[in-house]
Amino acid sequence: MAKILIVAEHDGSALNPSTAKCVTCAAAIDGAEIDVVVLAASTSDIAAEAAQLSSVARVITIERAENEKPLAAVFAPQVAAAAGGYTHVFGPSTTFGRDLMPHVAALLGVNQVSDIMSVEGSHRFKRPVYAGNAIVTVEAPEGSVVVATVRVASWEAAAGGNAATIEAGDATIELPSHTRYVGLESDASDRPDLQTASRVVAGGRALGSPENFELINKLADALGAGVGASRAAVDAGFCANDLQVGQTGKIIAPDLYIAIGISGAIQHVTGIKDAGTIVAINKDEEAPIFEIADIGLVADLFDVVPALTEALS
Amino acid sequence: MEKIIVGLKRVVDYNVRVQVKSDGSGVETDGVKMSINPFDEIALEEALRIKERGEASEVIAVSIGSSEAQQQLRTGLAMGADRAILVQLDGDIDPLSIARVFKHIAAQENAGLVLLGKQAIDGDNNQIPQMLSAIWGRPQATFASGVEINGDTARVVREVDAGLETIEVDLPAVISVDLRLNEARYVKLPDIMKAKKKPLDVVALAELGIEAGPQIKELSYAPPEERQRGIMVDDAAALVAALKDKGLV
Repeated sequence: MAKILIVAEHDGSALNPSTAKCVTCAAAIDGAEIDVVVLAASTSDIAAEAAQLSSVARVITIERAENEKPLAAVFAPQVAAAAGGYTHVFGPSTTFGRDLMPHVAALLGVNQVSDIMSVEGSHRFKRPVYAGNAIVTVEAPEGSVVVATVRVASWEAAAGGNAATIEAGDATIELPSHTRYVGLESDASDRPDLQTASRVVAGGRALGSPENFELINKLADALGAGVGASRAAVDAGFCANDLQVGQTGKIIAPDLYIAIGISGAIQHVTGIKDAGTIVAINKDEEAPIFEIADIGLVADLFDVVPALTEALS
Repeated sequence: MEKIIVGLKRVVDYNVRVQVKSDGSGVETDGVKMSINPFDEIALEEALRIKERGEASEVIAVSIGSSEAQQQLRTGLAMGADRAILVQLDGDIDPLSIARVFKHIAAQENAGLVLLGKQAIDGDNNQIPQMLSAIWGRPQATFASGVEINGDTARVVREVDAGLETIEVDLPAVISVDLRLNEARYVKLPDIMKAKKKPLDVVALAELGIEAGPQIKELSYAPPEERQRGIMVDDAAALVAALKDKGLV
Protein backbone atom coordinates (compact mmCIF):
# COMPACT_ATOMS: atom_id res chain seq x y z
CA MET A 1 0.00 0.00 0.00
CA ALA A 2 1.40 3.35 -1.07
CA LYS A 3 1.45 6.18 1.43
CA ILE A 4 2.45 9.34 -0.39
CA LEU A 5 3.55 12.70 0.98
CA ILE A 6 3.41 15.68 -1.38
CA VAL A 7 5.34 18.86 -0.61
CA ALA A 8 3.07 21.83 -1.36
CA GLU A 9 4.43 24.69 -3.47
CA HIS A 10 3.05 28.14 -2.71
CA ASP A 11 3.98 31.81 -2.72
CA GLY A 12 3.35 32.38 0.97
CA SER A 13 -0.39 32.88 0.62
CA ALA A 14 -1.79 30.72 -2.20
CA LEU A 15 -1.17 27.19 -3.41
CA ASN A 16 0.69 26.84 -6.73
CA PRO A 17 -1.24 24.69 -9.27
CA SER A 18 1.82 22.41 -9.46
CA THR A 19 0.67 20.85 -6.18
CA ALA A 20 -2.66 19.74 -7.65
CA LYS A 21 -0.75 18.13 -10.53
CA CYS A 22 1.45 16.21 -8.10
CA VAL A 23 -1.75 14.93 -6.46
CA THR A 24 -3.01 13.59 -9.81
CA CYS A 25 0.31 11.83 -10.38
CA ALA A 26 0.25 10.33 -6.88
CA ALA A 27 -3.35 9.20 -7.35
CA ALA A 28 -2.23 7.20 -10.40
CA ILE A 29 -0.48 4.79 -8.02
CA ASP A 30 -2.79 1.94 -6.99
CA GLY A 31 -4.22 2.30 -3.52
CA ALA A 32 -2.45 5.55 -2.85
CA GLU A 33 -3.16 7.34 0.39
CA ILE A 34 -2.13 10.94 -0.18
CA ASP A 35 -1.10 13.59 2.34
CA VAL A 36 0.13 17.10 1.60
CA VAL A 37 2.64 18.92 3.77
CA VAL A 38 2.56 22.73 3.82
CA LEU A 39 5.63 24.56 5.11
CA ALA A 40 5.03 28.28 5.56
CA ALA A 41 5.18 31.14 8.02
CA SER A 42 1.40 31.25 7.89
CA THR A 43 -0.20 28.02 6.71
CA SER A 44 -3.96 28.35 7.18
CA ASP A 45 -5.01 29.72 3.75
CA ILE A 46 -2.65 27.44 1.85
CA ALA A 47 -3.67 24.38 3.87
CA ALA A 48 -7.36 25.17 3.30
CA GLU A 49 -6.74 25.18 -0.44
CA ALA A 50 -4.78 21.92 -0.31
CA ALA A 51 -7.52 20.27 1.75
CA GLN A 52 -9.95 20.80 -1.11
CA LEU A 53 -7.92 18.75 -3.57
CA SER A 54 -9.59 15.50 -4.45
CA SER A 55 -7.87 12.30 -3.17
CA VAL A 56 -6.02 14.12 -0.40
CA ALA A 57 -6.51 12.45 3.01
CA ARG A 58 -4.64 14.82 5.32
CA VAL A 59 -2.91 18.17 5.15
CA ILE A 60 -0.01 18.57 7.55
CA THR A 61 1.07 22.10 8.39
CA ILE A 62 4.54 23.06 9.58
CA GLU A 63 4.19 26.67 10.55
CA ARG A 64 7.24 28.63 11.67
CA ALA A 65 8.84 31.97 10.88
CA GLU A 66 11.86 30.30 9.21
CA ASN A 67 9.49 28.91 6.56
CA GLU A 68 8.57 32.32 5.21
CA LYS A 69 10.69 31.78 2.08
CA PRO A 70 11.24 28.43 0.37
CA LEU A 71 14.94 27.87 1.08
CA ALA A 72 15.80 24.26 0.25
CA ALA A 73 18.36 24.03 3.04
CA VAL A 74 15.68 25.06 5.54
CA PHE A 75 12.74 23.10 4.09
CA ALA A 76 14.59 19.85 3.38
CA PRO A 77 15.32 18.69 6.95
CA GLN A 78 11.68 19.34 7.88
CA VAL A 79 10.38 17.40 4.86
CA ALA A 80 12.80 14.56 5.56
CA ALA A 81 11.57 14.41 9.17
CA ALA A 82 7.94 14.50 8.04
CA ALA A 83 8.60 11.68 5.56
CA GLY A 84 8.75 8.98 8.24
CA GLY A 85 6.19 6.26 7.52
CA TYR A 86 5.66 7.26 3.88
CA THR A 87 6.53 5.06 0.93
CA HIS A 88 6.77 8.00 -1.48
CA VAL A 89 7.63 11.71 -1.22
CA PHE A 90 6.70 13.83 -4.25
CA GLY A 91 7.32 17.43 -5.24
CA PRO A 92 6.78 19.32 -8.50
CA SER A 93 9.49 19.64 -11.16
CA THR A 94 9.30 23.42 -10.94
CA THR A 95 12.37 25.33 -9.75
CA PHE A 96 10.93 25.01 -6.22
CA GLY A 97 10.78 21.22 -6.36
CA ARG A 98 13.96 20.78 -8.37
CA ASP A 99 15.84 22.78 -5.75
CA LEU A 100 14.33 21.00 -2.77
CA MET A 101 13.61 17.36 -3.56
CA PRO A 102 17.12 16.03 -4.36
CA HIS A 103 18.25 17.54 -1.05
CA VAL A 104 15.44 15.64 0.67
CA ALA A 105 16.36 12.45 -1.20
CA ALA A 106 19.99 12.66 -0.09
CA LEU A 107 18.96 13.29 3.52
CA LEU A 108 16.87 10.11 3.27
CA GLY A 109 19.80 8.24 1.68
CA VAL A 110 18.16 7.53 -1.68
CA ASN A 111 18.40 8.61 -5.29
CA GLN A 112 15.61 10.62 -6.82
CA VAL A 113 13.32 9.84 -9.73
CA SER A 114 13.27 13.14 -11.64
CA ASP A 115 10.36 14.33 -13.80
CA ILE A 116 7.78 11.54 -13.62
CA MET A 117 5.73 11.69 -16.81
CA SER A 118 3.79 8.49 -16.28
CA VAL A 119 3.20 5.96 -13.54
CA GLU A 120 3.71 2.32 -14.54
CA GLY A 121 3.54 0.84 -11.05
CA SER A 122 4.21 1.83 -7.46
CA HIS A 123 7.97 1.87 -8.13
CA ARG A 124 7.99 2.06 -11.91
CA PHE A 125 7.83 5.32 -13.83
CA LYS A 126 8.57 6.89 -17.19
CA ARG A 127 10.74 9.97 -17.44
CA PRO A 128 12.33 11.99 -20.24
CA VAL A 129 16.09 12.14 -20.80
CA TYR A 130 18.29 13.79 -23.46
CA ALA A 131 16.01 16.81 -23.73
CA GLY A 132 13.01 14.54 -24.25
CA ASN A 133 14.62 12.70 -27.18
CA ALA A 134 14.32 9.47 -25.26
CA ILE A 135 11.89 8.22 -22.66
CA VAL A 136 13.27 5.83 -20.09
CA THR A 137 11.28 3.48 -17.88
CA VAL A 138 12.89 3.35 -14.46
CA GLU A 139 12.35 1.25 -11.36
CA ALA A 140 13.11 2.55 -7.89
CA PRO A 141 14.24 -0.05 -5.36
CA GLU A 142 11.51 -1.72 -3.29
CA GLY A 143 12.08 -1.34 0.40
CA SER A 144 13.32 2.25 0.37
CA VAL A 145 11.32 5.44 0.13
CA VAL A 146 10.71 6.78 -3.39
CA VAL A 147 11.59 10.47 -3.65
CA ALA A 148 10.52 12.01 -6.94
CA THR A 149 9.67 15.15 -8.82
CA VAL A 150 6.55 15.20 -10.97
CA ARG A 151 6.81 16.64 -14.47
CA VAL A 152 3.93 19.07 -14.12
CA ALA A 153 3.31 19.42 -17.88
CA SER A 154 2.37 15.72 -18.01
CA TRP A 155 -0.44 15.90 -15.47
CA GLU A 156 -3.80 17.63 -15.14
CA ALA A 157 -4.56 19.41 -11.88
CA ALA A 158 -6.61 17.39 -9.38
CA ALA A 159 -10.19 18.61 -8.96
CA GLY A 160 -11.43 20.44 -5.86
CA GLY A 161 -14.43 19.80 -3.63
CA ASN A 162 -12.68 17.68 -1.01
CA ALA A 163 -12.45 18.42 2.71
CA ALA A 164 -9.32 16.69 3.99
CA THR A 165 -8.39 16.98 7.65
CA ILE A 166 -5.75 19.54 8.55
CA GLU A 167 -3.33 18.88 11.37
CA ALA A 168 -0.17 20.50 12.67
CA GLY A 169 3.16 18.71 12.16
CA ASP A 170 6.43 18.94 14.04
CA ALA A 171 7.76 22.50 13.97
CA THR A 172 10.70 21.96 16.29
CA ILE A 173 13.34 20.46 14.00
CA GLU A 174 16.68 22.24 14.26
CA LEU A 175 17.38 24.28 11.13
CA PRO A 176 20.58 25.59 9.55
CA SER A 177 21.26 29.34 9.42
CA HIS A 178 23.91 29.21 6.71
CA THR A 179 21.50 30.20 3.94
CA ARG A 180 19.64 33.52 3.94
CA TYR A 181 16.97 34.88 1.63
CA VAL A 182 17.75 38.35 0.26
CA GLY A 183 15.05 39.19 -2.27
CA LEU A 184 13.11 38.43 -5.44
CA GLU A 185 13.08 40.49 -8.59
CA SER A 186 9.95 39.73 -10.50
CA ASP A 187 8.37 41.29 -13.56
CA ALA A 188 5.00 42.16 -12.14
CA SER A 189 2.59 41.39 -14.94
CA ASP A 190 -1.14 40.76 -15.01
CA ARG A 191 -0.74 38.12 -17.68
CA PRO A 192 -1.53 34.49 -16.91
CA ASP A 193 1.37 32.54 -15.46
CA LEU A 194 3.39 30.90 -18.22
CA GLN A 195 3.40 27.49 -16.55
CA THR A 196 -0.34 27.24 -16.05
CA ALA A 197 -1.76 29.42 -18.85
CA SER A 198 -4.10 27.62 -21.24
CA ARG A 199 -2.79 29.77 -24.09
CA VAL A 200 0.81 30.89 -24.61
CA VAL A 201 2.31 33.19 -27.23
CA ALA A 202 6.09 32.91 -27.53
CA GLY A 203 8.66 34.92 -29.44
CA GLY A 204 12.09 34.05 -30.75
CA ARG A 205 15.25 35.54 -32.14
CA ALA A 206 13.47 36.92 -35.21
CA LEU A 207 11.79 39.59 -33.10
CA GLY A 208 15.14 41.39 -33.15
CA SER A 209 14.73 43.76 -30.22
CA PRO A 210 13.01 44.27 -26.87
CA GLU A 211 10.80 46.92 -28.53
CA ASN A 212 9.65 44.46 -31.18
CA PHE A 213 8.99 41.85 -28.49
CA GLU A 214 6.05 44.09 -27.54
CA LEU A 215 4.29 42.59 -30.57
CA ILE A 216 4.27 39.27 -28.70
CA ASN A 217 2.93 40.91 -25.54
CA LYS A 218 0.13 42.61 -27.48
CA LEU A 219 -0.99 39.43 -29.20
CA ALA A 220 -0.86 37.60 -25.87
CA ASP A 221 -3.04 40.26 -24.28
CA ALA A 222 -5.55 40.04 -27.13
CA LEU A 223 -5.79 36.28 -26.46
CA GLY A 224 -5.60 36.45 -22.68
CA ALA A 225 -2.45 34.34 -23.03
CA GLY A 226 0.79 33.95 -21.13
CA VAL A 227 4.05 35.01 -22.77
CA GLY A 228 7.02 32.74 -23.45
CA ALA A 229 10.29 32.97 -25.36
CA SER A 230 13.02 30.87 -26.91
CA ARG A 231 16.45 30.78 -25.33
CA ALA A 232 17.80 32.90 -28.21
CA ALA A 233 15.31 35.68 -27.43
CA VAL A 234 16.13 35.59 -23.73
CA ASP A 235 19.88 35.49 -24.29
CA ALA A 236 19.57 38.46 -26.64
CA GLY A 237 17.85 40.39 -23.85
CA PHE A 238 14.49 40.81 -25.62
CA CYS A 239 12.59 39.67 -22.51
CA ALA A 240 13.00 38.37 -18.95
CA ASN A 241 14.84 35.11 -18.18
CA ASP A 242 11.83 33.49 -16.56
CA LEU A 243 9.98 33.45 -19.89
CA GLN A 244 12.32 30.84 -21.38
CA VAL A 245 10.58 27.70 -22.60
CA GLY A 246 12.56 24.52 -23.23
CA GLN A 247 14.84 21.84 -21.81
CA THR A 248 16.50 24.19 -19.39
CA GLY A 249 13.64 26.65 -19.02
CA LYS A 250 9.99 25.90 -18.44
CA ILE A 251 8.24 22.79 -19.71
CA ILE A 252 4.67 23.76 -20.51
CA ALA A 253 1.50 22.17 -21.84
CA PRO A 254 -1.00 24.88 -22.81
CA ASP A 255 -4.04 24.10 -24.99
CA LEU A 256 -2.70 26.56 -27.56
CA TYR A 257 0.94 27.49 -28.18
CA ILE A 258 1.80 30.09 -30.79
CA ALA A 259 5.51 30.14 -31.69
CA ILE A 260 6.51 33.31 -33.48
CA GLY A 261 9.91 33.72 -35.09
CA ILE A 262 11.13 30.60 -33.30
CA SER A 263 13.11 28.14 -35.41
CA GLY A 264 12.34 25.16 -33.20
CA ALA A 265 15.63 23.80 -31.85
CA ILE A 266 15.28 20.41 -30.10
CA GLN A 267 15.89 22.09 -26.76
CA HIS A 268 12.93 24.42 -27.32
CA VAL A 269 10.60 21.79 -28.74
CA THR A 270 11.09 19.60 -25.68
CA GLY A 271 9.41 22.33 -23.65
CA ILE A 272 6.20 22.38 -25.75
CA LYS A 273 5.72 18.78 -26.89
CA ASP A 274 2.69 18.35 -24.67
CA ALA A 275 0.85 21.43 -25.93
CA GLY A 276 -2.62 20.79 -27.35
CA THR A 277 -2.24 22.75 -30.57
CA ILE A 278 1.02 24.25 -31.77
CA VAL A 279 0.91 27.16 -34.22
CA ALA A 280 4.13 28.27 -35.89
CA ILE A 281 4.72 31.54 -37.69
CA ASN A 282 8.11 31.81 -39.34
CA LYS A 283 9.59 33.42 -42.44
CA ASP A 284 11.78 30.38 -43.09
CA GLU A 285 9.74 27.52 -44.52
CA GLU A 286 12.56 25.11 -43.67
CA ALA A 287 12.37 25.97 -39.94
CA PRO A 288 12.15 22.71 -37.91
CA ILE A 289 9.26 24.13 -35.88
CA PHE A 290 6.96 23.35 -38.86
CA GLU A 291 7.68 19.62 -38.45
CA ILE A 292 5.77 19.59 -35.19
CA ALA A 293 3.29 22.43 -35.74
CA ASP A 294 -0.41 21.65 -36.15
CA ILE A 295 -0.91 24.88 -38.03
CA GLY A 296 1.95 26.58 -39.86
CA LEU A 297 2.16 29.94 -41.54
CA VAL A 298 5.21 30.95 -43.58
CA ALA A 299 5.20 34.72 -43.38
CA ASP A 300 6.93 37.80 -42.05
CA LEU A 301 5.93 38.09 -38.43
CA PHE A 302 5.99 41.88 -38.63
CA ASP A 303 3.05 41.72 -41.09
CA VAL A 304 1.17 38.81 -39.59
CA VAL A 305 1.33 39.46 -35.86
CA PRO A 306 -0.29 42.93 -35.90
CA ALA A 307 -2.98 41.58 -38.26
CA LEU A 308 -3.63 38.64 -35.93
CA THR A 309 -3.74 40.91 -32.89
CA GLU A 310 -6.32 43.10 -34.57
CA ALA A 311 -8.42 40.16 -35.74
CA LEU A 312 -8.45 38.59 -32.26
CA SER A 313 -8.94 41.76 -30.20
CA MET B 1 39.23 31.10 -0.37
CA GLU B 2 41.87 28.65 -1.48
CA LYS B 3 40.31 26.08 -3.73
CA ILE B 4 37.34 25.72 -6.03
CA ILE B 5 36.23 22.28 -7.20
CA VAL B 6 34.47 22.11 -10.56
CA GLY B 7 32.71 19.01 -11.91
CA LEU B 8 33.07 18.19 -15.61
CA LYS B 9 30.86 15.47 -17.06
CA ARG B 10 31.53 13.85 -20.41
CA VAL B 11 28.24 13.83 -22.33
CA VAL B 12 26.92 13.47 -25.86
CA ASP B 13 27.50 16.84 -27.53
CA TYR B 14 24.73 19.41 -27.34
CA ASN B 15 24.25 19.44 -31.13
CA VAL B 16 23.88 15.70 -31.60
CA ARG B 17 20.37 14.45 -32.21
CA VAL B 18 20.41 11.31 -30.07
CA GLN B 19 18.87 8.07 -31.30
CA VAL B 20 17.44 5.36 -29.11
CA LYS B 21 19.05 1.96 -29.80
CA SER B 22 16.70 -0.47 -31.49
CA ASP B 23 16.93 -2.93 -28.58
CA GLY B 24 15.87 -0.19 -26.13
CA SER B 25 19.01 -0.60 -24.01
CA GLY B 26 20.01 3.04 -24.21
CA VAL B 27 20.93 5.67 -26.75
CA GLU B 28 23.48 5.33 -29.52
CA THR B 29 26.87 6.65 -28.38
CA ASP B 30 29.20 4.81 -30.77
CA GLY B 31 30.99 7.29 -32.99
CA VAL B 32 29.00 10.16 -31.50
CA LYS B 33 30.77 13.41 -30.64
CA MET B 34 31.31 13.79 -26.88
CA SER B 35 31.88 17.06 -25.05
CA ILE B 36 31.92 18.69 -21.64
CA ASN B 37 28.35 19.11 -20.36
CA PRO B 38 27.60 22.74 -21.35
CA PHE B 39 26.50 23.71 -17.84
CA ASP B 40 29.78 22.36 -16.44
CA GLU B 41 31.70 24.50 -18.90
CA ILE B 42 29.88 27.54 -17.47
CA ALA B 43 30.74 26.38 -13.94
CA LEU B 44 34.41 26.14 -14.88
CA GLU B 45 34.35 29.57 -16.52
CA GLU B 46 32.89 31.06 -13.34
CA ALA B 47 35.55 29.37 -11.20
CA LEU B 48 38.27 30.77 -13.45
CA ARG B 49 36.80 34.28 -13.22
CA ILE B 50 36.65 34.05 -9.43
CA LYS B 51 40.30 32.99 -9.40
CA GLU B 52 41.27 35.75 -11.84
CA ARG B 53 39.68 38.30 -9.51
CA GLY B 54 42.03 37.03 -6.79
CA GLU B 55 39.23 35.46 -4.76
CA ALA B 56 40.53 31.89 -5.05
CA SER B 57 43.96 30.40 -5.53
CA GLU B 58 43.33 27.13 -7.31
CA VAL B 59 40.72 25.59 -9.61
CA ILE B 60 40.50 21.80 -9.62
CA ALA B 61 38.50 20.06 -12.35
CA VAL B 62 36.97 16.72 -11.37
CA SER B 63 35.31 14.11 -13.53
CA ILE B 64 33.78 10.83 -12.48
CA GLY B 65 33.53 8.22 -15.20
CA SER B 66 35.45 6.20 -17.75
CA SER B 67 39.10 6.85 -18.69
CA GLU B 68 37.84 8.64 -21.80
CA ALA B 69 36.70 11.52 -19.58
CA GLN B 70 40.38 12.50 -19.51
CA GLN B 71 39.68 14.25 -22.84
CA GLN B 72 37.16 16.54 -21.17
CA LEU B 73 39.51 17.14 -18.23
CA ARG B 74 42.30 18.10 -20.66
CA THR B 75 39.90 20.58 -22.25
CA GLY B 76 39.16 21.93 -18.78
CA LEU B 77 42.88 22.28 -18.10
CA ALA B 78 43.27 24.10 -21.41
CA MET B 79 40.50 26.49 -20.39
CA GLY B 80 42.55 27.30 -17.31
CA ALA B 81 41.94 24.78 -14.51
CA ASP B 82 45.15 24.25 -12.51
CA ARG B 83 44.87 20.51 -12.13
CA ALA B 84 42.43 17.69 -12.66
CA ILE B 85 41.24 14.54 -10.93
CA LEU B 86 39.55 11.65 -12.68
CA VAL B 87 37.68 9.28 -10.40
CA GLN B 88 37.62 6.32 -12.70
CA LEU B 89 35.02 3.61 -12.92
CA ASP B 90 33.54 1.31 -15.49
CA GLY B 91 29.85 1.42 -16.11
CA ASP B 92 27.27 3.65 -14.49
CA ILE B 93 27.12 5.26 -11.10
CA ASP B 94 24.12 6.76 -9.32
CA PRO B 95 23.83 10.50 -8.54
CA LEU B 96 23.97 10.03 -4.75
CA SER B 97 27.27 8.16 -5.04
CA ILE B 98 28.62 10.91 -7.28
CA ALA B 99 27.62 13.45 -4.63
CA ARG B 100 29.54 11.33 -2.11
CA VAL B 101 32.62 11.43 -4.34
CA PHE B 102 32.41 15.22 -4.54
CA LYS B 103 32.01 15.42 -0.78
CA HIS B 104 35.09 13.25 -0.34
CA ILE B 105 37.16 15.44 -2.66
CA ALA B 106 35.79 18.70 -1.22
CA ALA B 107 36.81 17.58 2.26
CA GLN B 108 40.18 16.25 1.14
CA GLU B 109 41.01 19.49 -0.69
CA ASN B 110 39.43 21.70 1.95
CA ALA B 111 37.47 23.40 -0.85
CA GLY B 112 35.81 26.78 -0.31
CA LEU B 113 33.39 26.30 -3.17
CA VAL B 114 32.09 23.50 -5.37
CA LEU B 115 30.74 24.75 -8.70
CA LEU B 116 28.62 22.32 -10.70
CA GLY B 117 26.32 22.50 -13.71
CA LYS B 118 22.65 22.53 -12.71
CA GLN B 119 22.02 19.41 -14.74
CA ALA B 120 23.74 17.16 -17.25
CA ILE B 121 22.12 17.25 -20.67
CA ASP B 122 22.07 13.45 -20.95
CA GLY B 123 20.23 12.28 -17.82
CA ASP B 124 18.58 15.68 -17.19
CA ASN B 125 18.36 14.67 -13.52
CA ASN B 126 19.26 17.95 -11.84
CA GLN B 127 20.19 16.32 -8.52
CA ILE B 128 23.88 16.15 -7.66
CA PRO B 129 24.53 19.71 -6.37
CA GLN B 130 21.52 19.52 -4.05
CA MET B 131 22.54 16.04 -2.87
CA LEU B 132 26.09 17.23 -2.21
CA SER B 133 24.72 20.11 -0.15
CA ALA B 134 22.65 17.67 1.92
CA ILE B 135 25.39 15.17 2.70
CA TRP B 136 28.16 17.76 3.08
CA GLY B 137 25.98 19.83 5.42
CA ARG B 138 26.84 22.99 3.51
CA PRO B 139 24.58 25.54 1.75
CA GLN B 140 23.28 25.15 -1.78
CA ALA B 141 22.58 27.90 -4.28
CA THR B 142 21.07 26.30 -7.38
CA PHE B 143 20.41 27.71 -10.89
CA ALA B 144 22.84 30.60 -10.44
CA SER B 145 22.88 33.46 -12.93
CA GLY B 146 25.06 35.72 -10.78
CA VAL B 147 27.77 34.92 -8.22
CA GLU B 148 29.52 37.42 -5.98
CA ILE B 149 32.11 36.30 -3.41
CA ASN B 150 32.37 38.49 -0.31
CA GLY B 151 34.96 36.95 1.98
CA ASP B 152 33.27 34.14 3.88
CA THR B 153 29.92 34.46 2.12
CA ALA B 154 28.60 34.41 -1.42
CA ARG B 155 25.64 36.27 -2.82
CA VAL B 156 23.95 34.29 -5.56
CA VAL B 157 21.24 35.34 -8.00
CA ARG B 158 19.08 32.32 -8.86
CA GLU B 159 16.87 31.84 -11.91
CA VAL B 160 13.57 30.67 -10.44
CA ASP B 161 10.12 30.36 -11.99
CA ALA B 162 8.97 33.62 -10.44
CA GLY B 163 11.98 35.68 -11.58
CA LEU B 164 15.42 36.29 -10.12
CA GLU B 165 15.88 35.35 -6.47
CA THR B 166 18.91 36.45 -4.47
CA ILE B 167 20.21 34.46 -1.52
CA GLU B 168 23.29 34.72 0.65
CA VAL B 169 25.19 31.61 1.70
CA ASP B 170 28.09 30.98 4.04
CA LEU B 171 31.15 29.39 2.46
CA PRO B 172 32.03 26.63 1.84
CA ALA B 173 28.99 26.08 -0.34
CA VAL B 174 27.74 24.31 -3.46
CA ILE B 175 26.63 26.46 -6.36
CA SER B 176 24.88 25.00 -9.41
CA VAL B 177 25.02 27.19 -12.46
CA ASP B 178 22.44 28.13 -15.05
CA LEU B 179 22.92 29.10 -18.68
CA ARG B 180 23.13 32.84 -18.35
CA LEU B 181 25.81 33.04 -15.67
CA ASN B 182 28.56 33.67 -18.23
CA GLU B 183 29.83 32.69 -21.65
CA ALA B 184 32.65 30.17 -21.48
CA ARG B 185 35.93 31.15 -23.12
CA TYR B 186 37.34 29.52 -26.22
CA VAL B 187 40.36 27.34 -25.82
CA LYS B 188 43.44 28.54 -27.72
CA LEU B 189 46.05 26.23 -29.23
CA PRO B 190 48.95 27.28 -26.92
CA ASP B 191 46.69 26.55 -23.96
CA ILE B 192 46.05 23.04 -25.26
CA MET B 193 49.82 22.48 -25.40
CA LYS B 194 50.26 23.88 -21.88
CA ALA B 195 47.42 21.75 -20.57
CA LYS B 196 49.32 18.58 -21.50
CA LYS B 197 51.84 19.40 -18.76
CA LYS B 198 49.29 20.10 -16.05
CA PRO B 199 48.70 17.37 -13.44
CA LEU B 200 45.83 14.96 -14.04
CA ASP B 201 45.48 12.39 -11.28
CA VAL B 202 43.53 9.23 -11.87
CA VAL B 203 42.07 7.43 -8.86
CA ALA B 204 39.86 4.37 -8.91
CA LEU B 205 36.44 4.82 -7.34
CA ALA B 206 37.11 1.73 -5.20
CA GLU B 207 40.06 3.51 -3.55
CA LEU B 208 37.73 6.14 -2.12
CA GLY B 209 35.74 3.55 -0.19
CA ILE B 210 32.42 4.83 -1.50
CA GLU B 211 29.65 2.27 -1.78
CA ALA B 212 26.97 2.81 -4.38
CA GLY B 213 23.52 3.59 -2.94
CA PRO B 214 20.23 1.92 -3.81
CA GLN B 215 20.07 2.22 -7.56
CA ILE B 216 17.21 3.35 -9.70
CA LYS B 217 17.22 0.78 -12.48
CA GLU B 218 16.77 1.80 -16.10
CA LEU B 219 14.56 -0.86 -17.61
CA SER B 220 14.17 0.32 -21.18
CA TYR B 221 14.53 3.29 -23.50
CA ALA B 222 12.02 4.32 -26.13
CA PRO B 223 11.82 7.19 -28.57
CA PRO B 224 9.25 9.84 -27.62
CA GLU B 225 5.89 9.97 -29.34
CA GLU B 226 6.38 12.23 -32.31
CA ARG B 227 4.01 15.03 -33.15
CA GLN B 228 2.76 14.98 -36.71
CA ARG B 229 3.23 17.79 -39.15
CA GLY B 230 -0.12 19.58 -39.48
CA ILE B 231 -1.62 21.92 -42.03
CA MET B 232 -0.19 25.07 -43.58
CA VAL B 233 -2.24 28.23 -43.98
CA ASP B 234 -1.59 31.21 -46.25
CA ASP B 235 -2.26 34.28 -44.18
CA ALA B 236 -3.43 35.74 -40.88
CA ALA B 237 -7.11 35.48 -41.81
CA ALA B 238 -6.77 31.80 -42.67
CA LEU B 239 -4.93 31.22 -39.40
CA VAL B 240 -7.73 32.86 -37.41
CA ALA B 241 -10.27 30.74 -39.29
CA ALA B 242 -8.31 27.55 -38.54
CA LEU B 243 -8.11 28.45 -34.83
CA LYS B 244 -11.87 29.16 -34.76
CA ASP B 245 -12.45 25.85 -36.46
CA LYS B 246 -10.68 24.06 -33.62
CA GLY B 247 -12.58 26.11 -31.06
CA LEU B 248 -9.36 27.63 -29.76
CA VAL B 249 -10.34 31.30 -30.10
